[in-house]
Amino acid sequence: MEVIRSQKRTVSNDIVSTPTLPLYLTAPPMEVRLEEFELFAIDRLRVLKGVSDGLARGRNPNEMDDLVDTLWKEHMRLPDVSEMINKDIISHFVLRLVYCRSDELKKWFLSMETALFRHRFRIKKIEEQRTIVGEFGLPYKAVIGAELESLKERLGLVARSLGQISSDVENIYYKVPFEEVPDLVAGRRVLLQKGYAFVAGSQLVSLVVTQFRSHLSKALILTNRKWTTTIREREKDRLTPIVEALSTSYLGPDYTQSSEYADISLKDIDQVSKSSFPLCMRHLFEKLREDHHLKHGGRMQLGLFLKGVGLKLDDALAFWREEFTKKVGSERFDKEYAYAIRHNYGKEGKRTDYTPYACSKIITSAPGVGDHHGCPYRHFSEDNLKAALNRMGLSSRGMEDVMDKVRNKHYQLACTLTFEAVYGTSCDTGINHPNQYFEESQKILKSKTPAAPV
Amino acid sequence: MTREEIKNNGDDMMIDDPKPKIENEFNVHYLRIYYGNLFPYSDIYKWLSYGHDGKHPGCDEYYFGRREFSFTLENDVYLRYKSFKNASAMEAAIKSNFPYKIDIGAVYSVDPDKRHAYAHSGTNLFTPVERELVFDIDITDYDDVRYCCSGADVCSKCWPLMTVAIKVIDTSLREDFGFKHILWVFSGRRGVHCWVCDAKARRLTNEQRSAVAEYFRVYKGNENNAKKVDLMGHSLHPFLARSYVDFLKNFFEGELQATQSIFSSKEKYEKILGMITDEDIQADLRGRWENSSRSSLSEEATSLLRWEQLKKTLQSKRNKALSLRTCIEEIVFTFTYPRIDLEVSKQMNHLLKAPFCVHPKTGRVCVPIDPNNCDEFDPLAVPTLSQLIEEINSGGVSMDVDDDSDRSLLGKSIKFFRSSFLEPLLKSCKEEIESSYKTKIEKSKDTFNW
Ligand code: SF4
Ligand SMILES: [Zn+2]
Repeated sequence: MEVIRSQKRTVSNDIVSTPTLPLYLTAPPMEVRLEEFELFAIDRLRVLKGVSDGLARGRNPNEMDDLVDTLWKEHMRLPDVSEMINKDIISHFVLRLVYCRSDELKKWFLSMETALFRHRFRIKKIEEQRTIVGEFGLPYKAVIGAELESLKERLGLVARSLGQISSDVENIYYKVPFEEVPDLVAGRRVLLQKGYAFVAGSQLVSLVVTQFRSHLSKALILTNRKWTTTIREREKDRLTPIVEALSTSYLGPDYTQSSEYADISLKDIDQVSKSSFPLCMRHLFEKLREDHHLKHGGRMQLGLFLKGVGLKLDDALAFWREEFTKKVGSERFDKEYAYAIRHNYGKEGKRTDYTPYACSKIITSAPGVGDHHGCPYRHFSEDNLKAALNRMGLSSRGMEDVMDKVRNKHYQLACTLTFEAVYGTSCDTGINHPNQYFEESQKILKSKTPAAPV
Repeated sequence: MTREEIKNNGDDMMIDDPKPKIENEFNVHYLRIYYGNLFPYSDIYKWLSYGHDGKHPGCDEYYFGRREFSFTLENDVYLRYKSFKNASAMEAAIKSNFPYKIDIGAVYSVDPDKRHAYAHSGTNLFTPVERELVFDIDITDYDDVRYCCSGADVCSKCWPLMTVAIKVIDTSLREDFGFKHILWVFSGRRGVHCWVCDAKARRLTNEQRSAVAEYFRVYKGNENNAKKVDLMGHSLHPFLARSYVDFLKNFFEGELQATQSIFSSKEKYEKILGMITDEDIQADLRGRWENSSRSSLSEEATSLLRWEQLKKTLQSKRNKALSLRTCIEEIVFTFTYPRIDLEVSKQMNHLLKAPFCVHPKTGRVCVPIDPNNCDEFDPLAVPTLSQLIEEINSGGVSMDVDDDSDRSLLGKSIKFFRSSFLEPLLKSCKEEIESSYKTKIEKSKDTFNW
């Protein structure tokens, strides 16, 4: 791929034969106009951002299919099919450059591109899916004959366990090492036998996506190498500034730096926890005060949140020590827990700054017995959630609206409605991050407090 | 800091009651003798070398040296990222520190001891590259379903919960995941650890580990959500179905009823009634059981009778609601399905206590458990440090570690470790080293052919 300033482009003929869902295996030999370089990339970013929002809002796979379809049509569609394919390919390769530059960026890009691919694949017709599979050259054998017969009964059980009423099995199953379909294994969506997963034809998407992801992941490492060794320097007057601007112009706040509304000290913490913490953090906070202890997941979720709201390291140490020593004694606290707190603040170990968890991460966490982390809208039973909302002062009307969202699995919307009910103002952006909840709430509360008399 | 203040270093934060009598079972002096004479260094070394201690040109002689160990010392000092070149370096370090607890971590890309030397040279040079797939099951997580003990205590009445957990997980690891080299170890007090050591298992990524862990998860909620097991769909997944038919159901109706009588009192059965989603059925059963509370039956018999009544009632109303269909299974799973601390399994760099450590609270040795005979395992019969020392003092056993005769207290465990776990493991390690060496040679031939 070569970036040029000219207005015309020589379209190579093999582009036309590419299926409408490219695998981006190699950068095609084509010329890109400089302004397209940036504009196409921004359009694709809009799509990826939409995907990220959809995932953060806990959309189910079918809703994601629709969302991706809409986003694509809105931002990427061009009247000419081959032009559209070009735009697709160019924008993807430009963003590889943009997002190869740090582990954090890579991770985000990899997940969003994979999700985008997954849903674009899902909405393709079956024949087209076959072609795509063929192109990857997936090395899996279909299970046939006696082997299939011997598995039929259990394959039927799997289908039924996934909600199918009959115990009919599909026509094609592929025998795949279980490591290659972690998502299907995690959800017990396949039959496992002696290390192999039996993947139904309809689950093929999972295999293809795994391939796509691993290919892209490797490619990003190579791109990064090319970027740091040659491109950055060679393009320092032309592409490099664009590339660098593209990533920062886009990524939302990660709450690693505390803002003007996020600056709390130890003495206010109890009061502030009641007035401004989202439910997930209130719950952890109360449990900690009550039990003088939280398990690992809870310590991370609350600890990083507190860092994000501006609690300084020394205050954080004092805060955790005060509670934990009641249960484990100060020596054990210093030995086993202080390290982790300092670590969260990047003072020990690898010195990486841990970022506070966003709702998407909290909602998809899986608290076990004895854990208190997670998102109450998702992880509490209905009764417990109602009791908690009651304590936050919700009316029964407001409560019903919230519970309605919960039942439909819109946890962040439920949280947004709670926010709106508690503070009596609307929150159009929606809640995506506990630290955002906190800051929005502080903004409102501080604007209501009358200025001190002069 | 005194001995009594040493806490068990599980991953949770359970506080143990001080038990002064343990004094007799465990003290530093005994521990020194244990590490001096009985601890099976060379077995641990051979295990963790996975065949790389051999002479074959395919061996990676630095393999063992990149393994992280951590020590917890008497005065509660905690030393992480220790690593040892070879067996004698490990032995020397243990003998001079006599750690109260030895943890085993991952194999890293570089020697953990020297990780600082690499810290500034790049971003990810010091990363875990291999790690056994591990599981940690702890009886304290069963407190809401056992009535004999709570917290860190175990007895012969609640230990079978661990036994059934071993059976369920071990069977699935072998049948479903195809693993062969699996080591189960008594954690010394209140649970079991499992080490899956197949090459394939050691190389799983964190994402793949999570997938395996999630495959085993049936508990959706936590204490904020009373109904703990949620089995959806129109039938059980074959893994759950097998676990249910082969182990859980019989255990629930047999041993669990005999030892815990889970329906015998109002307080107990209310918990179970709470899992039935239909209020009419709840009320009906409650009415019958309240009236029968003064019957002359034994606790166990009462409990069994009530379980039969519950099953009959639910079966007769099966078609009423979908959720009632899985109710019986859900109750059985809630009480008996393994409660694994899944977080431990998901990360490569999680530490886990080494086999053959001695638990400082109980003085008991963390001996391997034979999954094929786990019913016979009695945690209260595991040799304690003081028994081992006594055995040495009375001259009943030679001081030679290699004495794995059945006669000595520890010999049986060491013999089992060698013959059932280590030997088959090392055999397949050798084969693997051999074959991957061959392919490497083939490949390099190819590149010369141009
Ligand atoms: S939606 Fe987000 S902020 Fe609200 S409770 Fe859940 S995790 Fe916390
Ligand atoms: Zn007991």
